[in-house]
Parts: sequence; structure tokens; C-alpha cells
Amino acid sequence: MTVAKDKISIEGLTGDAAIAHALKQCDLDVLAAYPITPQTIIVEDFQKFAADGEVQTAVIPVESEHSAMSACVGASATGARVATASASAGLALMWEILYCAASMRMPIVFTVANRALSAPINIHNDHSDGMGMRDSGFVQLYCQSSQEAYDTTIMAFKIAEDHDILLPVMVGIDGFILSHNVERVEMLPTDVVTDFLGIREPVQPLHPDKPITMGPLALTDYYFEFKEQQDRAIQEVPKIYKKVEKEFEKLTGRSYGMIEEYKTDDAEIIILAMSTMGGTAKAVADVLREKGEKVGVIRLKMFRPFPVEEICKAIGDAKAVMIFEKAMSFGAVTHPLAMEIRSALYEAENRPMVLDFVVGLGGRDVPPTTFVEGYEKTKKYLEKGEAPLYETLGVRK
Amino acid sequence: MSEKFDEIPMAGNIIKPGNATEYKTGGWRSERPVHIPETCLWIKNGTCGICWIYCPDMAIKLIEKDGKYEFEYDYDYCKGCGICYNECPTDSIKMEKE
Repeated sequence: MTVAKDKISIEGLTGDAAIAHALKQCDLDVLAAYPITPQTIIVEDFQKFAADGEVQTAVIPVESEHSAMSACVGASATGARVATASASAGLALMWEILYCAASMRMPIVFTVANRALSAPINIHNDHSDGMGMRDSGFVQLYCQSSQEAYDTTIMAFKIAEDHDILLPVMVGIDGFILSHNVERVEMLPTDVVTDFLGIREPVQPLHPDKPITMGPLALTDYYFEFKEQQDRAIQEVPKIYKKVEKEFEKLTGRSYGMIEEYKTDDAEIIILAMSTMGGTAKAVADVLREKGEKVGVIRLKMFRPFPVEEICKAIGDAKAVMIFEKAMSFGAVTHPLAMEIRSALYEAENRPMVLDFVVGLGGRDVPPTTFVEGYEKTKKYLEKGEAPLYETLGVRK
Repeated sequence: MSEKFDEIPMAGNIIKPGNATEYKTGGWRSERPVHIPETCLWIKNGTCGICWIYCPDMAIKLIEKDGKYEFEYDYDYCKGCGICYNECPTDSIKMEKE
């Protein structure tokens, strides 16, 4: 049964604050973090909750992000429920330990306000940081709204801590565009969240009474087998994600799916984007539909593991897929999102034309007109029957 | 070493403590220490034992049996570091190429 309306508290919250409120309700044991824009408010708000005695969490203000993730791994190893937050350069400094967190199977929730990487230094949104960590073994969930950020943060713990998974989960929100934008957020009563998540049951925790060794040396003889375990664990995520979301939907009436489909059923051209761009894309699709254009939108929420089946099914018999993505993989065939989509569609019977538009780097605005520009180009490419592998839009050239 | 991925603990965790002895580090050795009993003080009168004190791998066995003193190397774990050879006050240990 969904939670009664009078039990729900409604507030205007930024994406960061929504995540902080979610973390507050998740009964964290440890939060270790180092401040970095545009994630700062998450930890700032949480520290305030801790200072005011609203949470019983050990907050560790470490000296760097490398230490933040290291502290999280150590805490998680003891069986604690652990979270951290970062972005951009801070996330990049964590890089080594991101792989350790995933390989050591630590169910840490890592909230990220996605931001461009240096240089030149830039504090605004793109997905370079998230794409940089895409192979680390983290589950990656990208959110479109403050409400979704709140909901996803709560669900992330349940997914991460599931015994079939035991992997860290990154929850991404677009820096500033969502992290600092106030939206209406419905919040569950804390006891409902507590019941939903339960207490973490660690599988092999560090404990003085039962000593074990974690993260030892494994060379040519065993390393590969541990990677096999890890790969199989992340492949289980869709199953558990669906289960967790179904349970969450029972409480709230809200669910998001691994992908969000919007008017894709009869669409000839599909816009595919992540995070807040999904909202703009849907507005653009509405306007183009009014003009009689058959446009649909797929908003990808789960980037890792990549939901191949769902994507292929949603694309169906569309003539073209236009990908709008906020990251570059310099020197690659196409950029990260388009590479995934191209690979996913390789076995499709009616392979659509795949267009890769790189947009919004360093927080460059991606207004509806950028989508329309891409749409018009796509129509021309379809007529011609060929298209470039990728192109940049919204840059002076 | 023939276990499959699902026959070993998660993430490389070692859930049985004290199993380092299962790993025979003697295979790392490029030079082996050889004992010369004629001049060794332990063999002579059961004294000294400096090699035993210094050995970082507990690969030297000083044995007392029926009033006699015996000396043995445990080549399963001796890495051939040469510390015993270096410390022996009577030059009763030599190093030979493996």
C-alpha cells in the first residue's frame, strides 16, 4: 500500500539537498567525504544533520577524495552502511579506490553531482567524470529530477547491499542544473525508509572474533576468477533493480525503470539522452509531435550495467536514433554513449541510423533548439542515407 | 589452483586465517644456503644460534636429539636471502647457485 498522503512531507529541495535528506533517512553508519562543487551541499547538509544529532552517523572529514573512498571501503568492510559524494576532479582523485571498492564488493553509495573535468578548470555540468569511471565496476544510475535523486539514493542502498550484487552504486545528478535547482520533493516518513531498507547484513565482514584477510594479492593464478565473479555480480543488477523498484513503487507509486520511454511506440526518430537532458528532449518531442513529426525519447537512467535488451526493444523499428551526450572519448570511434548504443544495436534486424551529437561540455547550455538542430540534421542524413560518426553541436566552429 | 570462480571466496577474501604456510616461498630462491657442520658452534656445543635468530622466514631448524645437535634448512620457505650466511660468526654457511 502506498504511504498515506498526510504522512508524506513535501519540501522544495535542490538535487543536492534531496540526496542529503535521503541519506539522512537511510540510517548511515559512516559518511566520509571531501567537499567539491557542485556536490558540496550534500555533505554540508548531512554534516548539519550530524551536528544537530538528527543522525547517528560517524562523519569523517578526510584530507582528500582518495582518502574519502578509502575510508568508505574500510568502513564498509566492517559491515557498515556507507556513503560518500564527489564530482569531477575529486572523483578523478578517487579513481584507484573506485576499482578497489567494486572489486572488494563494497556496497557503498556514491552520490555524484556530475561536473566537467579539468583543464581548463570548469565547475559546470557534463558527464566526463561519470564516463571516466564507467569501467570501475560501479553500478551507475543517472537522475533527471530532485525527486528521482531522492528516490534513487534510497533504492541504491537496497540494490548495492543485495547479496546477489554487493557492488557500489553511483547516483548521478547533473551539476548545478539539478544539484542547485529547487524542485518539489515528496519525502517518505523515516520509519518507512527504515523498514524498506532494513539493516545491512554483511556477508563476510571484518571482525576481530573471526579474522579474515581482504584485498590480498592474487596473481596469474586467481585474479581472473575474481573478475569473473565480479562480472557475474553486475549482470544480476537488472533483476534486483526491478525487484527493488517494484517494492519502492508499492510505497510511493513512483518508478523510473532502467530506461524511461516517451512516445517511442510509433516513433521514426528517437532522441536518446541521459539525466536532465531527458526533460528537455521530452518537451522538444511534444512540440515536434504537434507539427506531425514522429519523435520519441529514451532517457537512459542505468548506464552500468547497460540495459541492452530494453534499449533495443524501445528503439524497435525506428529509422534513426539521435544520441545527445555530454562526454567525449577522445580519439574513439564515437563517444561513450553512442559506442554502447551502436554495439547494442549490432545484432538488430533493422539497424537504425545512429547519430552521435556531443553537446553541453563544460556546462554549455543545451536548449531545445539544439535538439531541433540535431533533428533537422538527422532528417537530412536519413535522406542522404549516410551520416558522420559523430559531431559536436552548440560549439563555435 | 584448479578451483573455478564459484569455488573460491568472494573478492579474494581469505576466510581461513594463518594459511600463509600453504604458499611455499622457497620457489623464489636463486641461491641456496649450505651448512658446513665442521665449524658450526651449534653442532659443536649447542651454542650461538645467530642464524636461527636472524632468519626472517623461520627456515632454520636447530634440533637437539639424544644429546646431539642437528641442523636443518626448510627449503620450502627459505627464500635464499643470505642473511644467515652474512651473520654466521664462524663462516659455517655458504651460498650456492640454485
